[in-house]
Amino acid sequence: MRTWYFSEMAYHPAWEAGLARGSLRVVLPNGHVDPAVAHKLLSRYLDEFALCDEEGLDIMVNEHHATATCMTVSVPMALAVIARETRRARLLSLGNPIANRPDPVRVAEEVAWLDVLSGGRTELGLVKGAAYEIAPANSNPARLMRRYWEAHDLILKALSTHDGPFSWEGEFFQYRHVNIWPRPVQQPHPPIWMTGMSAATGRAAAEKGHVVGTLLSGGIAKPMFDAYRARARELGWEAGADRMAYAAVVGVGHTRAEGYRRADLIAGYVRTAPVVAEPFTNPPGYNTIPANVAMLKAGKKKGRIVADRNGNLIDATQASVEDLMATDTVFAGTPDDVYEQLKDFNARMGGVGHLLFFGQGGFLDHQDTVENIRLFAREVAPRIAELNRPRAAA
Amino acid sequence: MTRYQTVAGVDLAIEEEGAGRPLLFLHPGEGLEPHRPWLDLLARHYRVIAPWHPGWGNSALPDWVGGVDDLAYLYLDLVAALKLERAILVGACFGGWVAAEMAVRNTAHFAGLGLIAPLGVKFGGVLERDIADMHAVSRDAYLALAWADPARGDVDTTTLPDAELAAIARGREAFALFGWKPYMHNPRLRHWLHRIDIPTRLLWGAEDRIVTPAYGERWRAAIPGASLGIVPDAGHFPLWEQPETTVAELTRFIDTP
Repeated sequence: MRTWYFSEMAYHPAWEAGLARGSLRVVLPNGHVDPAVAHKLLSRYLDEFALCDEEGLDIMVNEHHATATCMTVSVPMALAVIARETRRARLLSLGNPIANRPDPVRVAEEVAWLDVLSGGRTELGLVKGAAYEIAPANSNPARLMRRYWEAHDLILKALSTHDGPFSWEGEFFQYRHVNIWPRPVQQPHPPIWMTGMSAATGRAAAEKGHVVGTLLSGGIAKPMFDAYRARARELGWEAGADRMAYAAVVGVGHTRAEGYRRADLIAGYVRTAPVVAEPFTNPPGYNTIPANVAMLKAGKKKGRIVADRNGNLIDATQASVEDLMATDTVFAGTPDDVYEQLKDFNARMGGVGHLLFFGQGGFLDHQDTVENIRLFAREVAPRIAELNRPRAAA
Repeated sequence: MTRYQTVAGVDLAIEEEGAGRPLLFLHPGEGLEPHRPWLDLLARHYRVIAPWHPGWGNSALPDWVGGVDDLAYLYLDLVAALKLERAILVGACFGGWVAAEMAVRNTAHFAGLGLIAPLGVKFGGVLERDIADMHAVSRDAYLALAWADPARGDVDTTTLPDAELAAIARGREAFALFGWKPYMHNPRLRHWLHRIDIPTRLLWGAEDRIVTPAYGERWRAAIPGASLGIVPDAGHFPLWEQPETTVAELTRFIDTP
């Protein structure tokens, strides 16, 4: 299991205002941002990414819009800075929300540029984006996945075509002269990742052979990974752990209490991220018809309800660290504790090749974050790196 | 009762009721709601032909259909296929937008146009909202905007059968498909409204907060010879909230030479 550190680069000073407003996203006015404070936070977060490179971890960046939970508005922009500050780490965009991007060729251009800048260290996540990203982008939620797949195909073709220009006359995108400069170091294109929450996404990713990732719920991850493996088998190949990725909050400390304390602070993200004004949580077309039927049948929902390993329902907005450990949302404790938990998780999931290490969140301060990264990188990452590794022949 | 007809390759579910002068009714974004009294009331006077728009109810939504102009041509084809003459075209809310798109193209088979709180046209400036953002408010807040009495519009979805819920979900998705961006309007339609050359009656709920009566007044001014009537104690769906009054208004318009 490989470790990719990530942080949403939160603007937690506005969380309280967001909770009071009933939404940390979309409708929380940016008057709640003090740009001087944001400046200091961004610099600090970028230092923490740079530390990961020294400590031998890989790096992941994501993006969200109009939110106090995440100040990263552009993955390529953030990774461009990080690429110059790092030497070894692989740089994962997870990802570019291509169903919300009006210009897929621009996405291909930016990742090619980043791949050249970083000397071939980029990995490219092409993601659907969360439901509440629809409003800030004002993209049409109807036919979203058709637009996603057309953008996906166009981006891969743009990255891998070297005798262009070519023309593209699609349903959603039209270009007459696609010919990106520079072209990526990694050919035909950097490794591609997808994200999702469903078995259907697992199957779709398997058909492309992409890495598939999900987050914060073992109950969601397992069926998706199983679907991926089953579909790969149908297609005549065996999907290894290197195709599966999972994002979780991790708090590690010299003592169990210290690890729990750190995890608890980072888990503030899990408790606030789902606090979104109702109309932006399910724009029509974003979810499937059967999913919508289930929601209409259930009536009004409260919080983010997830099931733990024993089938108990947990409201993530109110959950304790222990609750969140039972849903595989959080791994916490001493390095030994965390290693054992991840080893057990890996076995239950049937092999997960990538841990997306949510190692900073909101109120975890710089000193704690540095300690969390260092301890994990030195005491946990080398041990989980051995999980799923085929044994050398005797 | 529901019947099915294929028009331009699109399988349409159509409610048809009554006899006499043909009246093509184009339903709101919320759906057709044929079980509400409006349909029977209207069918006492006319042969009401009320298709479910592609993507709503049991009407198909082929991949290639994606714009309100597609719907306009589709229904003009339906009118031709049914050989309707001197028909009345009535559209409400989203259906009013579709009806206006038809009327600026071809009124040859119609003798009158009824527009009930139509969407579809932008009159105001870039910072003004002519049409309330129905997708940026909670369901409860939406009902408060759309109904004079929100209780009349509230539906307990937890008790409905799956097939009906699936139809609701499909309709909501289709509404987004046709109206998400630009939001519920065609920026160019305003400049073609002058082409409407048949008697036109606009009807508006006094309590409509999705599109206000003031917006209706701008529609009236943009269509040559059009008149505007206000239905008291009704919001955005006068046919559902005040069916008797609204049907009476329509028949007075249609049957007055």
